[in-house]
Amino acid sequence: MIMKQLWSFIRKEFHHIFRDRTTVMILLLMPVIQIILFGFALSTEVKDTKVVVLANTNDNATRRIIDRIDASEYFDVSIMADNSDDIDAAFRDGKAKLAMVFEDHFAENLKHTGTAHVQLIADATDPNAATSFMFYASNIITGYQQEISQSGGGTIAPEVKMLYNPQMKSAFNFVPGVLGMIMILICAMMTSIAIVREKEMGTMEILLVSPMKPIYTILSKIAPYFVLSVINFVTIMLLSVFVLKVPIEGSFMSLFAVSLLYIFVALSLGLLISTITSSQLAAMMISGMGLMIPVMLLSGMIFPVENMPTFLRFISNFVPARWYIDAVKTIMIKGLSITAVWKDVGVLVLMGVVLVTISLKKFKVRLE
Amino acid sequence: MIKYLLKKEFKQIIRNPFLPKMIFMFPLMVLLVFPWAASYEIKNLNLSVVDNDHSTYSRRLIQTVTSSQYFRLTDNSTSYSQALKSIESNKADIILEIPQNFEKSIINRESVKVMLSANSVNGMKGGIATTYLSMIVAEFNRTLVSELYPEAASNASSIIQIDTQFRFNKHLNYQVFMVPALMVMILTLLCGFLPAVSIVFEKELGTMEQINVSPVPKITFILAKLIPFWIIGFIVITIGFTVSWLDYGLIPVGHFYQIYTFAAIYILAISGMGIVISNYAQTLQQAMFIVFFFMMLFIMLSGLYTPVDSMPEWAKWIAAFNPLKYLMAVMRSIFLKGSNFSQLKSDLAILIGFAVFFNGFAILSYKKTN
Repeated sequence: MIMKQLWSFIRKEFHHIFRDRTTVMILLLMPVIQIILFGFALSTEVKDTKVVVLANTNDNATRRIIDRIDASEYFDVSIMADNSDDIDAAFRDGKAKLAMVFEDHFAENLKHTGTAHVQLIADATDPNAATSFMFYASNIITGYQQEISQSGGGTIAPEVKMLYNPQMKSAFNFVPGVLGMIMILICAMMTSIAIVREKEMGTMEILLVSPMKPIYTILSKIAPYFVLSVINFVTIMLLSVFVLKVPIEGSFMSLFAVSLLYIFVALSLGLLISTITSSQLAAMMISGMGLMIPVMLLSGMIFPVENMPTFLRFISNFVPARWYIDAVKTIMIKGLSITAVWKDVGVLVLMGVVLVTISLKKFKVRLE
Repeated sequence: MIKYLLKKEFKQIIRNPFLPKMIFMFPLMVLLVFPWAASYEIKNLNLSVVDNDHSTYSRRLIQTVTSSQYFRLTDNSTSYSQALKSIESNKADIILEIPQNFEKSIINRESVKVMLSANSVNGMKGGIATTYLSMIVAEFNRTLVSELYPEAASNASSIIQIDTQFRFNKHLNYQVFMVPALMVMILTLLCGFLPAVSIVFEKELGTMEQINVSPVPKITFILAKLIPFWIIGFIVITIGFTVSWLDYGLIPVGHFYQIYTFAAIYILAISGMGIVISNYAQTLQQAMFIVFFFMMLFIMLSGLYTPVDSMPEWAKWIAAFNPLKYLMAVMRSIFLKGSNFSQLKSDLAILIGFAVFFNGFAILSYKKTN
């Protein structure tokens, strides 16, 4: 009897959501587009950085250095400046990011006095990009110098190895991040809005006076979002393996188990928000500002948590996505077993239990 | 007529228990917290060292690396596989492995390789870590050469001295990079979300019907919805300037009036977009999702986090249709480099184009009939 009742309620909720074509479309397409865009489009590699050159003496050495810079994949010599004002202008209208200034009589000085000066000026508005291309440019010039001078002496050459992600694809970082974000979006944000909507519309009263137990009302509310989350999890996994070529190094089952746990935590968060708010707008703002922003910022999805000040690191401990994303990275990308993420799992279980208890306690069965 | 409608809009905003607080708290919170969190300024990278040589030179290299501000020695391993464990447990971010015969090779003037292995799950962080470490190794190399073979250095036919200068952000401070961009993000979120929400809300409450049967012309109605957010945008950006001055000591190099002009056009564009969306959405939930979807794409493809220049061609094409990208670049240029109108005229033209397009679209797509 109860099962039949519950079933019909769940069916009602499914109709609610799936008849809203736009929302369903967006919910199913959003992860696809996000994964593809973030996976392919976001990168910090230095590529074709525009260079402005100021060389008053057109000699052999300057030309060869300029050619080398231009030939490298990192740079693209685009402007030959006549004076330092040109450099300034090129920086200001964004036509160049790096300036190379050769001293007068560069080759002559190099030949006769043994030293010559070249100045590298970087547009450091983006500090990391500036550091990188400064490094590459210095390396190219040093390479040229070593070639023309047989100074003897060996060199210490660093041999670089990028662990787990040899091509430094941003996808490796974004797949776990998008997973963590989408689940919060669907489970917490959607669920809370759906429940509060019934409150706002007044239909919550009807549900509460029906012979259904409140717990079943809640269960039927969250069922469709649960299903949607699982569908999204599967899509994201398929995309990341087949399109982004981010392999699942660890066991798929443990990954799935951790994800189910996270969905549970996210759903209980949504439930909690719905019990403490009374308008859709408020529910939206709380889940938007209070959940989405911390997820994007403090979860390690984009910015490494370790570099943040202590205060923010402390707060990040309360962001469920942080633990989930860490667990996904460990299992999926580093390929370790589920025992390596016991701490993440423990924290998530604890969060889930606390959230469900509070929200069930606060769920009002009485009419006001 | 527009006077009364504006009065209504302002009352609705001011009497809302939520909105006025939001308008002040949101920029404050974002500007006070984000620059600390949204940072790729990498300091204190955890370093694991595998020293297979145990010589004076290997110790000096390690000493050089750890005395830089970037690296912190957290693990000393006897083998590479042991060091790898410390990466797996996140105890270390990067491994520096010094081979046997390191010292011998240096003295014999042979080339020698040191291995740098970085955890690159976060590719950007891994990339930055290896760049820094390579830079320190290269510097160490130069010191050694000039120390060991002074004769080579002085007799050598040629030394090119490279003099580096970082302009506009001398201390390579990441917050300087983020603060102007975050102001753009706040503007986008508030002035994009709120107009959309406000119209759909009227639809849900049923008050939209009342407007539709009233003699209010379409353009007046849209204007009445736009103008309050325009003013809110100005308030928000002024809060932004104040916070960035008080908290980060940042004052725009360029002119304020130029920033306000660009912002005024941009707010029109982004609010117009919000209104277009609200014209098509039936419920708040729907509107929110569509707006969220676009905002997410806009923000990610704006150059806020990763440079637009590093994107593949097709993504650059998509980014070309992103109004956020233009204001982001403009804001950073005026704020940090002191660019002026004539240098940014193409951006200005494009932003005006966006504003005209979205608002025209908003007026055309608003239908008074159901």
